[in-house]
Amino acid sequence: MLLTFTNGVHPQEFKSWTNNSPVERLPFFADYVIPLSQHIGAPSKSLVRKGQYVARGEKIAEPGAYVSVAYHSPVDGVVSAVELAEHPGGKMVPSIKIKADPFSSQRLEKKPIDWKSLTKKEFADHLQNSGMVGLGGAAFPSHVKFAVPDDKKCDYLIINGCECEPFLTADHRVMAEYPLEVMRGIEMLQYFLTPKKTFIGIEANKKDAINILQLEANKHPELAVEIVSLEVKYPQGAEKMLISAILTNEVPSGTIPLDGGYLVSNVGTVAAIAEYFDSGKPLIERVVTVSGSNIKRPANLLVPIGTSMQELLNACGGFKSSDFGDSARILLGGPMMGMAQKSLDVPVVKGTSGVLALGVLEVPGRNTFQCIRCGRCLEACPMFLNPSTLGLLAKKGLYEEMLEENLMDCMECASCSYVCPSGIPLVQSFRVAKAVNRERKVA
Amino acid sequence: METVEVRTSPHVHGAPSVATIMRNVVYALLPICIFATYQFGLSAVALIIVTTLACIFTESFFNRISGTSDSLGDFSAVITGVLLALTLPPGFPLWMAAVAGFIAIALGKKLFGGLGFNVFNPALVGRAFVQAAFPVAITTWTPSLTAARFTEFIPSTLTFPFAVPAAVDQWNAQVAVDAFSGATPLALSKFENIPTDTFLLLFGTTAGSAGETSALLILLCGLYLIFRNMLDWRIPAAVLLGAFLTEEAFHLFDSARFPDPWFMLFSGGLMLGAMFMASDMVGSPVTPVGVWIFGLLIGFLTIIIRLFGGLNEGIMYAILLGNAASPLIDAATQPRVYGVTEAKIFGKKVD
Repeated sequence: MLLTFTNGVHPQEFKSWTNNSPVERLPFFADYVIPLSQHIGAPSKSLVRKGQYVARGEKIAEPGAYVSVAYHSPVDGVVSAVELAEHPGGKMVPSIKIKADPFSSQRLEKKPIDWKSLTKKEFADHLQNSGMVGLGGAAFPSHVKFAVPDDKKCDYLIINGCECEPFLTADHRVMAEYPLEVMRGIEMLQYFLTPKKTFIGIEANKKDAINILQLEANKHPELAVEIVSLEVKYPQGAEKMLISAILTNEVPSGTIPLDGGYLVSNVGTVAAIAEYFDSGKPLIERVVTVSGSNIKRPANLLVPIGTSMQELLNACGGFKSSDFGDSARILLGGPMMGMAQKSLDVPVVKGTSGVLALGVLEVPGRNTFQCIRCGRCLEACPMFLNPSTLGLLAKKGLYEEMLEENLMDCMECASCSYVCPSGIPLVQSFRVAKAVNRERKVA
Repeated sequence: METVEVRTSPHVHGAPSVATIMRNVVYALLPICIFATYQFGLSAVALIIVTTLACIFTESFFNRISGTSDSLGDFSAVITGVLLALTLPPGFPLWMAAVAGFIAIALGKKLFGGLGFNVFNPALVGRAFVQAAFPVAITTWTPSLTAARFTEFIPSTLTFPFAVPAAVDQWNAQVAVDAFSGATPLALSKFENIPTDTFLLLFGTTAGSAGETSALLILLCGLYLIFRNMLDWRIPAAVLLGAFLTEEAFHLFDSARFPDPWFMLFSGGLMLGAMFMASDMVGSPVTPVGVWIFGLLIGFLTIIIRLFGGLNEGIMYAILLGNAASPLIDAATQPRVYGVTEAKIFGKKVD
């Protein structure tokens, strides 16, 4: 019996297109755009001016507040502009544009950091200055996540290797190809967090990754890492669901996992942390899955942050159909929670785990019907909410009443919309309701 | 470039749409219709066609006068029509069947606001209406598998509107292969204490409503929908379990007076009602616990009505009562939210 959580959905996986493709390094291109708010929190402040020469890995922006991180140049090159540019989230945000130096070898010197001599505070500062954020998609600053206040304790360190979104295989490849880095990262986190127990949770569809990591874990018995095979079910990778699956405990409503002693971190982030301390390389590149039925050559790529999506798609042979009008949707992230893009003129950011070009077959148009009270959404919702009732309230605009139906416990995993036979945009309306309630509270 | 859609997630969908589910329910009902035709001949075909058309026309009429968009595409009116025919006696006068179809859609569904808003199962609303309006016609049964069933109608079928249906007793005596009493297995059991062989009930060569006779066929058709993930198996399971347990209790108490629970399970409209009417999503609770309570309640009520009510069949009223209770069941069984220790019952927090 594989461990898992209650409820959830089983979307078609589509992972076989890329799950055996080794990570390929993307060549360097001419132009890079680094938005200064790729993370959750305050925007960062640029440290560079137009015309300035920057080296690969050089800090180009500093944190704008505590919940904010530094940014680094992904290439040797010249700052061509510091101006507003389009962010994949749809907004125009201050960004640093860099023209790569065509004569540079783009080499990065190894500068290991003696992490064992650092205090907790210094460790956190290092994370903030390396630009480290959660690579699972949310891009929450790592130094905040790993800063455990004195009144709290990380008892259980859980490394998240679920990657439950269809199509995405970036974390899968990281686990299969960088097991050493994953273990090194765990060693570092254990040193500073001193958890009682460390788990790596992986969905059972990544057998090779499980085996490879198990071999690596066997080499480091002192770390006592337990690798847990989990049922393939969405949203297994959600923090609360992962905690429920491994420890059969719930995270009380209105609290964060750390209040209960749990700390969950994405596996890619852990490997990136190890890479930073072992080589001095800040967060300037990440693994991205490029897939979907309209991609000629689906692949897993090691991509410098700031690379334009157009270049990424070109590297994968472009679209199958000659004009990309045949793609029904271009997404950043997975199909369940990813953001649809209206243009390819946006950069890969720190939270980009995948770029998908889906065909009409994968995203068929839907007729909408009235709610027929079938109850499928109640059985899909991993938070045990009643999306049916919430949806009816949202339709009437009764947003404040939705709070009494535990709207704020919704984590927007979209399982309800996924199973709705009436095609009702449930999670979409919940997002609107949350935003409206937020504004009303402010006003 | 122009055809790229920008929408918010999710971008994929996993469940069959309402129209697909409803269409498949129609497919699942077809074998039952075919069997009804095989058993009762022309009259059954005419009955199914008349109720279905009556439902479609009523649906489209109300769409027109209320100015709402065309809702025939969701196939729910067709299901109501077919189900209604299957619950009526095969010789039921066609004009009365048309009235039943009209009432089913008009009172049972459209008055509440259409699919999704109806409190009761529309087909059963229609049937309950004609049960009250035409009590004799709806309890007049005719034998199955008569020799001339494909060449002539049952005499009562073609009754002129508002005329008294032709008496079929004499006709029954003429056409019946063996001595046919004109009674359904449930009536035989209840009023004359004559049991019917379970084998006959499974294969359906007995008297009864047009589509309720073969429990086995209905079971198979329901299993098709369950297998396709288009029917919530828990509701039929709970109804049958509720009926079985209730009957078993009485049977243990007095086996001479109360028949075997297997007989109750396979006779009358229980199987058809459990599979295709109690499981109607609109009238049943949405909560996972609620559907079990709802099903068990229907099973229990069916047996109570069968054993102690004035009628020998109780599934129709049991389902209608269950439909009426389902908002209450929902309110009492709201799920406990993840990470919240107390559940809400009737909107109030309890420990």
